[in-house]
Amino acid sequence: MTGFVVVIVVLFGGAFAFRLAGQTLTSNAPKFRDMSYGGAFGYVLAAALFIWAVWFYFQPKVLDTGFPNAGVVFFRWAVQGLIIASIAAFLFRLFGQLVGTAGTRKLFRSMPLTAAFGVLVILTYAFVAVFAGAIAPHGQAEIFSAANVVAGGDPALGGDPAFPLGTDQIGRDILSRLIYGAQNTVGIAFVTTCLAFFVGGSLGFLAATLRGWLDQLLSRGVDVLMAIPSLIFALLLMTIASVWAAELGVPLTIFMIFIIALIDSTRVYRLARAVGQNIVVMDYIEAAKLRGEGLGYLVFKEILPNAMAPLLAEFGLRFCFVFLTIASLSFLGVGIQPPLADWGTMVRDLAPFINFAAFAPTAAVAPLLAAGAIALLTVGVNFVVDWMLHKSSGLKE
Amino acid sequence: MSSNLRIIFHRLGLGLITLFVVSIVIFVAVNLLPGDFAEAILGQGATPESVAQIREDLGLDQGLVARYIQWLGGMLTLDLGTSFAQLNFANNLGGAGTVTVIEQIAPRLANTLFLAAVTACIAVPLAVTLGVLAALYRNTAFDRAANIFTLSSISSPEFFMAYVLILFLAVLNPIFPSLSNIFEGMPFGERLEKSMLPALTLTLVVTAHMMRMTRAAIINLLASPYIEMARLKGLSPMRVIVKHALPNALAPIINVIALNLAYLITGVVVVEVVFVYPGIGQLFVDSVKIRDIPVVQACCLIFAAAYILLNLAADILSIVSNPRLRHPK
Repeated sequence: MTGFVVVIVVLFGGAFAFRLAGQTLTSNAPKFRDMSYGGAFGYVLAAALFIWAVWFYFQPKVLDTGFPNAGVVFFRWAVQGLIIASIAAFLFRLFGQLVGTAGTRKLFRSMPLTAAFGVLVILTYAFVAVFAGAIAPHGQAEIFSAANVVAGGDPALGGDPAFPLGTDQIGRDILSRLIYGAQNTVGIAFVTTCLAFFVGGSLGFLAATLRGWLDQLLSRGVDVLMAIPSLIFALLLMTIASVWAAELGVPLTIFMIFIIALIDSTRVYRLARAVGQNIVVMDYIEAAKLRGEGLGYLVFKEILPNAMAPLLAEFGLRFCFVFLTIASLSFLGVGIQPPLADWGTMVRDLAPFINFAAFAPTAAVAPLLAAGAIALLTVGVNFVVDWMLHKSSGLKE
Repeated sequence: MSSNLRIIFHRLGLGLITLFVVSIVIFVAVNLLPGDFAEAILGQGATPESVAQIREDLGLDQGLVARYIQWLGGMLTLDLGTSFAQLNFANNLGGAGTVTVIEQIAPRLANTLFLAAVTACIAVPLAVTLGVLAALYRNTAFDRAANIFTLSSISSPEFFMAYVLILFLAVLNPIFPSLSNIFEGMPFGERLEKSMLPALTLTLVVTAHMMRMTRAAIINLLASPYIEMARLKGLSPMRVIVKHALPNALAPIINVIALNLAYLITGVVVVEVVFVYPGIGQLFVDSVKIRDIPVVQACCLIFAAAYILLNLAADILSIVSNPRLRHPK
């Protein structure tokens, strides 16, 4: 506690000294003259954090007692991961700036590094999801005799070179299940989002075009459904679906797709209706109506193309929500059912291994990788959507 | 003031109607179940006589509307029935001492509210401070780092955050316990310590959104003439923001705080399961797994009611704190 207080006092004093030194040495250059105390504190704090990070990074990996220094090991992994991710995103953006049509080159030039990272992550996941069968070394439900193999492939630590990320409690290869998880979790989330957009989007446009009692009926219905928290409502409906699934012999996963699509289509409906209402008052819609075009033409050929930009940004966000809901449901044990490999279920099954991290850092790798795989995709999509919204709003602030 | 009150009563009325319709949705959804509750309760030990007996006990021989009215009346008088698991237990053992749903839920609801309160106490001041700082040092390295960090923590699943916190604060540096096995009569300090990790996880989840909205609300105002005036008369940037921008940005900030507290209610389910925190979220998930309908129904209604109430509070607070909405033209 005293150490903490000393550090704070030193930081505050350091900030004052830093600003004073800057002012005297540069004979009151504007940068230092106008520097606020908070700004100076920020520089000193950042410098102190950087020095601490470098010092911590180069601590020995193994303690004198023979135990691994797990904190340092994880810190090194995190730093290395961050550096590799930044370099990959930078190279990817460079590649995009040099190769491709004039349009895509221009797009990549205006792209911040975070968005480039997001695009890279999305492309990688799509690739892994499509070619999972070819990439994965083993099948997703294949059971081997060696259970609970630790990641790392070092036999001295309980690993096995044949299973670089180890095996789970009943002996399935974790690397293969992670790869198949991309196919199942991401694929199911994608299908669900598409379904939600198809239902919510067409009903929203329909309500905006026809108005009247249909609009009232749909909108009030959506209001009610949106008043129930989505995860809670999903859990309630899944309870009912699990009984029906057993009765009808239909996999529960199919029910889950429809349930989550229903819940999320209410949010899409809201947006589609709001956007559609702004479009239906346009002159070209009036002209199309006077031409005698049918409802289908109006919705799909006139309204939809003009509502594409906000709907696309919403698609990205909606996909994240659907993906997180499915992952949470699976984590709670009522989502995607075994033997399908899925990240949420993997986190739940492998989570107890985290408790051994202090003695064997590699033991905690598998659950963190599964949870991290979920987080990485949603973070990537959010980076891209953030950039798209920023670009389309034309904000400079 | 009278128009003010009228709007608030209007919103309250709308909230009540919503809650009523939501209760119908929950009731109807549950009654779409195939088969019979009575058989579900008795499981394999179902004889025709006992099925008929239970059916009569539960009022299943009555019509749907009569049953709904009965259920709603029970909800309003806090008589939530008995859970199937408990009934089954009593039937098979023939013993008394069953626990009603209200007795199961009440202590857990208190625990959950405690967790939410602890989270709010940490998250709200933190989010507003960080938001003000991000607005003050906008477009600096600090702002950008905060942007990336908050975007990442908004988009990560709760359980990822939870396990990362467990890894760093419970396993590698044993500061807080990773299991929140709190019980009744526990001293406040110990209780606080045990619920610290779930509270921190929830804080990470909700702080990001609140902070981004605080920052956006303040930056929105910075182009206003009175901010320009404050700047021109030579106030420091900190004073301009805290004294002049923040009070005017309060309405959207309060709104987003209430909405995030409502979000806590959904987030709490996953977090309680991760930390084995004995709250209502965990009871809900456990009941979902064993299809214990009375408990699921009751929990669902409580969650929905809290959610509607907080949304309503957000609505009313933003009206009360904004004179332009209070006196609509």
